[in-house]
Amino acid sequence: MAKTISVNLISGRTIQQGVAIESGKEKPSYRTACGIIEMDKADLKALGAWKNTNVKVTSDYGSVVVKAVEATQGPHPGVAFIPMGPWANSIVNPNTYSTGMPTFKGTPVTVEVAIDEPVLLGIELVQKQCGVMVG
Amino acid sequence: MTKTITDVICPFCGTLCDDVEVVVSDDGKKLLEVANACVIGTEKFLHSQSADRVTKPRLRQADGSWKDISYDEAADYTAKMLAGAKKPLMYGWSSTNCEAQSVGNEIAEIAKACCDNTAAVCHGTTLIAVQDIGLPTCTLGEVKNRADRVIFWGCNPAHAHPRHMSRYSIFPRGFFTGKGQMSRKLVVVDPRCTDTSKMADVHLQIEQGRDYELLNALRVALKGEWLPDSVAGIPAEKIREVADILKSGRFGIIFFGMGVTQSLSKNHNIDEAIALTKDLNEYTKYSIMPMRGHYNVTGSGEVFAWQFGFPYSVDLTRGFARYNPGDSSSIDLLTRGEVDAMFTIGSDPGAHFPISAVKGIAKVDSVCIDPHLTPTSGVSKLHVPVAFNGVECGGNCYRMDNVPIDCRKVVEPPEGMLTDEQFLVMVRDRLRKLKGAA
Repeated sequence: MAKTISVNLISGRTIQQGVAIESGKEKPSYRTACGIIEMDKADLKALGAWKNTNVKVTSDYGSVVVKAVEATQGPHPGVAFIPMGPWANSIVNPNTYSTGMPTFKGTPVTVEVAIDEPVLLGIELVQKQCGVMVG
Repeated sequence: MTKTITDVICPFCGTLCDDVEVVVSDDGKKLLEVANACVIGTEKFLHSQSADRVTKPRLRQADGSWKDISYDEAADYTAKMLAGAKKPLMYGWSSTNCEAQSVGNEIAEIAKACCDNTAAVCHGTTLIAVQDIGLPTCTLGEVKNRADRVIFWGCNPAHAHPRHMSRYSIFPRGFFTGKGQMSRKLVVVDPRCTDTSKMADVHLQIEQGRDYELLNALRVALKGEWLPDSVAGIPAEKIREVADILKSGRFGIIFFGMGVTQSLSKNHNIDEAIALTKDLNEYTKYSIMPMRGHYNVTGSGEVFAWQFGFPYSVDLTRGFARYNPGDSSSIDLLTRGEVDAMFTIGSDPGAHFPISAVKGIAKVDSVCIDPHLTPTSGVSKLHVPVAFNGVECGGNCYRMDNVPIDCRKVVEPPEGMLTDEQFLVMVRDRLRKLKGAA
């Protein structure tokens, strides 16, 4: 039985994300910068995952496959971070509670190892979820 | 021979650095080098030169492929789409200049559209709080010259505004801050140990989403009243220590970011941060400033406000401007499926909206005006590439402290490419004819 752990997900900007969006969101470098989840060492251990393992992150609002990496700005046990972008936005809480602003920070999620599932490219991920036919 | 152009404005973040230098070819057609900009700004300038750039408008065909069309055909499509829609949404505006925004507002008025900018996903809740209780603020020049207490609350400028700290907030030697960093005490509040917090004198590693409580506790500590042992994961002694640091400065500034605007209490967090600023003014001089993201999101708010009276979430469907975030805001409109045409310019909701809202874009007729390939262009029916504003055309922009700065054109766009403003004028003129407007 695969292990599943629960963490509190936040998203936000990183300098790598900034460079990747300016150099082309169609490129694999965007996936390298943002198709990741930064997890605390202790949480990776609890999950039983090596660094750089693909994981499936699931919330009440959806699920997405990203690569689990060790927190670059930690420690922050219990908190996981996906840089802002389509991967994070596949699972964040979209409720605005009448402010117009989705709740991008503080979505409860579960993480499980998904070693055989691929991390999609940014545009591909959005097109797939929206059912856009690509010629 | 190459030419070096100095005092170039960087069109990436709200810091709007005005000391960038670029080297261009003799004929002014090729941008070769960039100096002084951060790594993101440099990439923005250089990416405009990439060989794989899309230079012609493209219309998605029934089989999902793209077909190149002319700007005239693209303007026809856009005008017809807006003329035929009952509730079009015109979103973005933050990565273009104020001149283009103003033409966009004319279009929105004729089309009776909902219009919104990227404050919807960054500082929209700040704008609500400012309307609640005001904003005691200042310019970044004052911060550089006077601030000896700097608080970064829920923001990480080391990553998001890379030169903010070296130009204004921590390192520069100002008139009253002659020792630079040594003149200032830095407090960072963040649930992660960010690269900004590593530079701080005090880092409060707050429990995520407990900003309201900690802001409130600081107000209590200022007054010397009773506190519980710990608030938001921070021990009471630490809170009192920080309150003393804040009180003892001559001029303090609170910079805040997405950590407070996007966490659950949203505008109420900012209400409380502004109230803390007001309380600190009982002891010394304090200001507060949102760390705006896009280089001209502030300008978009200004243009909306002076033309429609509201800074974002404007609904013109009844023929006059209404403002009701939650009802007239982009994400709510899209998630509820109320939008029947989507017009995007100078932003990427496909990447930065929750996927449930992006699905709302994919279902309807849509136009994406953007020099880049993005998730938004990937789900839109028409993609109109344009010249890079701030690189290939100039125009007015507003820095995060509401100081207007004119961006400069440094290089020619590829032959035949239009600017945002030129394309919008074509759409406006066509829409006027279709709607019989004067």
